Amino acid sequence: MAFYRSQVLICGGTGCTSSDSMKILEKFHEEVKKNNLEEEIEIVRTGCFGLCELGPVVIVYPEGAFYSRVQVSDVEEIVAEHLIKGRPVTRLLYTESVEEGRIKSLNETGFYKKQERIALRNCGVIDPENIDEYIAVDGYKALAKVLTTMTPEQVIEEVKKSGLRGRGGGGFPTGLKWEFTAKSKADQKYVLCNADEGDPGAFMDRSVLEGDPHSVLEAMAIAGYAIGANQGYIYVRAEYPIAVERLKVAIKQAREYGLLGKNIFGTGFSFDVEIRLGAGAFVCGEETALMNSIEGRRGMPNPKPPFPAQSGLWEKPTLINNVETYANVPAIIVRGADWFASKGTEKSKGTKVFALGGKITNTGLVEVPMGISLREVIYEIGGGIPNGKKFKAVQTGGPSGGCLTEEHLDTPIEYDTLTALGSMMGSGGMIVMDEDNCMVDVARFYLDFTRDESCGKCTPCRIGTKRMLEILDRIVEGKGTLEDLDKLEELGNQIKAASLCGLGQTAPNPVLSTLKHFRHEYEAHVIDKKCPAGVCQALLQYTIIEEKCKGCSLCARQCPVNAISGQVKNPYVIDQDKCIKCGACLDKCPFKAIVKK
Amino acid sequence: MKSIQELEEIRKRTLDRVNQRTDRTTTRIVVGMATCGIAAGARPVLLAIMEEVEKLGLSDVTVAQTGCIGLCKMEPIVEVIRPGEKKVTYVKMDADKARRIVNEHVVGGKVVDEYTLHIVQGKMLNDYKVEKE
Repeated sequence: MAFYRSQVLICGGTGCTSSDSMKILEKFHEEVKKNNLEEEIEIVRTGCFGLCELGPVVIVYPEGAFYSRVQVSDVEEIVAEHLIKGRPVTRLLYTESVEEGRIKSLNETGFYKKQERIALRNCGVIDPENIDEYIAVDGYKALAKVLTTMTPEQVIEEVKKSGLRGRGGGGFPTGLKWEFTAKSKADQKYVLCNADEGDPGAFMDRSVLEGDPHSVLEAMAIAGYAIGANQGYIYVRAEYPIAVERLKVAIKQAREYGLLGKNIFGTGFSFDVEIRLGAGAFVCGEETALMNSIEGRRGMPNPKPPFPAQSGLWEKPTLINNVETYANVPAIIVRGADWFASKGTEKSKGTKVFALGGKITNTGLVEVPMGISLREVIYEIGGGIPNGKKFKAVQTGGPSGGCLTEEHLDTPIEYDTLTALGSMMGSGGMIVMDEDNCMVDVARFYLDFTRDESCGKCTPCRIGTKRMLEILDRIVEGKGTLEDLDKLEELGNQIKAASLCGLGQTAPNPVLSTLKHFRHEYEAHVIDKKCPAGVCQALLQYTIIEEKCKGCSLCARQCPVNAISGQVKNPYVIDQDKCIKCGACLDKCPFKAIVKK
Repeated sequence: MKSIQELEEIRKRTLDRVNQRTDRTTTRIVVGMATCGIAAGARPVLLAIMEEVEKLGLSDVTVAQTGCIGLCKMEPIVEVIRPGEKKVTYVKMDADKARRIVNEHVVGGKVVDEYTLHIVQGKMLNDYKVEKE
């Protein structure tokens, strides 16, 4: 008797057969044969499953994955993804329809059920200003375990094994970073926490610091033990007053309990943490600029190498990680690297916190396993686009990232897949845009931000971003040309190649990615002199539709610049030369006779 | 902290306060007090709850602030866990609503349904108005 590792059950009931399930059966046989899986996969035609409405139905065992409304064209993907790679095709999986009506607890909603909270495990559960509550949920247990039962090498090995990668945006393997810093020989080393979260719309790190500050302190102490440092600094922006306050309280409590300070748990290991406030410069999130700022100099980046692991703060070997990265560490130590590595995908382990914002129903903070699709995050957790509008793009990675379109919605969220598409994981901002957003305007917004935040040390970033912004300004004013688009691309690529630090190296990304995915919108601006989304003021006209206007004169009375004239009970007209495009008339018209286009 | 035993003692002593399961022995009320919650008006909510709990002399009730619960658009959020019962999430709170929760739910044991979340057409809302399609 043959042993199959997997069975594919295809419904042969009347309902499913009438929607071509037999063709699906044939296709499965074909694909399985093509991939030489005949001895491993059994294909079975079954009777009716009883869910004809969802037919054609295919069930794959041993997982019991329930695929509904399968098409012949889906079979190839199910075989390639599920049967060969072991990854169920989530877009076809049947999910129970969302509950309707009253929900007593947030934990029962789809919003929560789809999430997996590791970094945010204590946020919204414990009192961040009460160290006892942190201890009650296994807080400082990881530090105790590390100090009393593990060598520094074992700690680093555990972090490496977990597959944890930097959550601040770069995605560098955390364990390797720890190892490099541990191997540097010096009389003094430092552990830094980068809490200079600056992406517009991102608030993951702030939430961790506000909701669970002790997890970061504990992880920093663990890192200090692993690399041989006795001093840590948290660089946090002064614009986060609540986070700073809670950190202060947490540090004070940890010192009182002897969880920071000298001779922790009587093991002879000493570690202390101090806070350094940043003044809110975006570039200070770049690690070398951050260290310059701590040292009391202007926050400007240095060329790398030397890397912080060799020569960082005060030229001593320095380990620098982001808040969310640290927040994962105690959980990894307590529950084991294997547990952590079992979450997520092959190259991106664990979970990622995202700040969901923009045109999305459930704005908020979510933590999802890596590899989940953008569609699941936006539609199933985020609740989709409000007001019946159509999805246009999702921006990830903030000013360093790019925009992804409808066709990318089924992409798994992983470091490498997002980078390959011209965006990036980034620190976790996720801004959703609908049909009312103009992509040229969005790109202009981000570039204006990076131009403003450029520190000016290197020419490509300081002058290049300014020149790019000037071109974009021309385009949104209707004065752009097709050559401008090529120039933007050329300049963008040069800035990326020639800039000193990550800020300049990624600043052109929002422009380049929108040029790639939304070139037609740019072309509409430069060729037709129109803004399809109706955002760019200079390219808009307010006009009164003659047939709809009843001549009530409301608009003319509303107009602040007397640009509307006419006779009562006759259609009114807008004088385009006088109109300042404020939109007051459009809001006021009771007959919807005024249009913006 | 000189030993792991000390840590374990604190853990045991405090566990019931933060226990999220139904086997807890006291009632816990948490108010989301991250930046999002505070901006939406969580401070007066927390104060009202603390006042009310004190006024009623409730001794086996813990009132605590907490970090971001995640659903920022529904802030201020208050969650109540009573012994033997599942956690209840109240959204879009204000001081008056919060006092009512202390009286009716924490003391009276009756969930104030109208302040809980609900789902209409797959969207989480705090009232029955369906966003216009």
